[in-house]
Amino acid sequence: MTERTTLARPATDDDLDTRVQHIKEAAFRIRRNALVQAEVQGQGYIGQALDVADVLAVLYADQLNLRPDDPEWEGRDRCLLSIGHYALALYAALAEAGVIPEAELQTYACDDSRLPMSAMASYTPGVEISGGSLGHGLTIANGIALGLKRKGNPATVYNILSDGELGEGSTWEAAAVAAHHGLDNLIAVVDFNDQQADGKSTSVLSMEPVGAKFEAFGWAVRRVDGHDLAGLVRAFEELRALPDDRPRCLIADTTLGKGVPFLEAREKLHFMQVAADEWAKAHDQLKETSA
Amino acid sequence: MSNTATTTPPEKPLTSDAMSASLAREDQRVTAAPLGHALVELAQRDERVVGLSADLAKYTDLHVFRDAMPERFYQIGMSEQALLGAAAGLAMEGFVPFASTYAVFATRRAYDFLCLDIAEAGLNVNMVCALPGLTTGYGPSHQATEDIAILRAMPDLTIVDPCDAVDIEQAVPQLAAHDGPTYTRILRGKVPRVLDEYDYTFELGKAKLIRDGADVLLVSTGLMTERALEAARELEADRIDVAVLHVPTLKPLDEATIVRELAKDRLVLTCENHTTTGGLFDAVAHVLVRDGIARQVTPVGLPDAFLDAGALPTLADRYGVSTAKIGERVRALLSHSG
Repeated sequence: MTERTTLARPATDDDLDTRVQHIKEAAFRIRRNALVQAEVQGQGYIGQALDVADVLAVLYADQLNLRPDDPEWEGRDRCLLSIGHYALALYAALAEAGVIPEAELQTYACDDSRLPMSAMASYTPGVEISGGSLGHGLTIANGIALGLKRKGNPATVYNILSDGELGEGSTWEAAAVAAHHGLDNLIAVVDFNDQQADGKSTSVLSMEPVGAKFEAFGWAVRRVDGHDLAGLVRAFEELRALPDDRPRCLIADTTLGKGVPFLEAREKLHFMQVAADEWAKAHDQLKETSA
Repeated sequence: MSNTATTTPPEKPLTSDAMSASLAREDQRVTAAPLGHALVELAQRDERVVGLSADLAKYTDLHVFRDAMPERFYQIGMSEQALLGAAAGLAMEGFVPFASTYAVFATRRAYDFLCLDIAEAGLNVNMVCALPGLTTGYGPSHQATEDIAILRAMPDLTIVDPCDAVDIEQAVPQLAAHDGPTYTRILRGKVPRVLDEYDYTFELGKAKLIRDGADVLLVSTGLMTERALEAARELEADRIDVAVLHVPTLKPLDEATIVRELAKDRLVLTCENHTTTGGLFDAVAHVLVRDGIARQVTPVGLPDAFLDAGALPTLADRYGVSTAKIGERVRALLSHSG
């Protein structure tokens, strides 16, 4: 991974191209390893893992300041996954960052594994919180951001949440608190895949316009294509470089099943079914789209 | 409110002042805002200590800490979920948060955050929550009559129900020193000093025999220990010898001390400022049944009901938790058994 030592590293075009190529390769491996883990169980939240892979690749292969051999290093950026069911994507990203061994991904959701179906801090190195009950991550991120400021620690706190999660009122309690306390060291990353348990997020309980809501709560907002790697990098860097004390929000519009066309085209479901004979096809298609 | 042994109704109805006034009688020794002052004292020697409140600093005595150490205090606003989440995050960064609100809000509104962000994570977050049980006449919206029942089943959570200012002052540093989550029912305002008249010190996790007696054992927690002690003194006039076992820590329960005291052949009552469903009575009964100890125990506590609004002395008598009602109950039980 790339070490980041300043909060807003200026990126030249050449530099960015090189980084994007590195991120693209990381995203491929995160998707591939998400498929590998899901195949162990014959199922998993594969649609979400594929859609969030680019965001995680940008974070874990480029943006986050981490020490793979010391996941609790005091200077690390804290990245909190609210959406615990995205665990298989996070584990793949942690493997990509070198925090957990890639071979261990084979144990995903098996008995006595360090990699449970829903990500929990008590099980896995590099997992900061136990997500899964939605609407918690941003409230905890506030406390961490306050704590970092108290200590004079310049690390950044990231909270990856989902569009469906925005229905939890606690997210908006937290949004108000973050703005009131000027938590400019906090970046909320909304994975907007327009999918939740009972259907499209915009039809179950539309929270649009999401960006305007966060802005009205006093946040600085960028909304980007969640699969545009260069756009994601620029958005993170622009947000961190802002001179004011607003908390930052990056909304990433993503496509469920991204990178595997037959899954992208499949009926969009919270829990996507993949038949036993489809895994090889999924791997083949992923190689083609990632070439 | 008054803890006096009034059983006769006052000549005119008590006013709304008696719904939320200080718990102390006018003739009692008191300490103002013991939680706030104990926290300031602790924070002066422990830089990790921070305070948070959900728009109730002034009404949980945390304002004393806020005013003494404003840079160590976080106002989270009327957002209990955000309060407990932020406390968890601060604890993850190595701080020792004391988070205050009313007991009803911490337990009913923010249970999931207390459970998953604090207890499951094993964080040193200390919730200090006011208006436990029947300490306000505002009715069910503010009366935390079932908070202990809600929380007793939560793994790894330490639950404390202090009797008085002495308990609160001595508990605060022990809560911070305990490496795990705690929930404490706070008495606020002018809080009586009771236990310093006895050879007593608060020890987290320990039940203490405050006074011994041959005829009756009152196993009590929280402010009911003060009433149990008063009832014991009044029963002396009838030559009834009453022991009082104070159980300020409800979880983990000091089972060894409780079993030891209940093994003696005495009339036994539990006294709690809480519904008798899921609180001290149930905790004691659980231990007895599990260990095969045959002992009748009579619960004194709040009913399994949404309580009335009204003046506290009126309600304490109505629900049988006043000093006078404890005495009456003991006498009635003794006359039956005699």
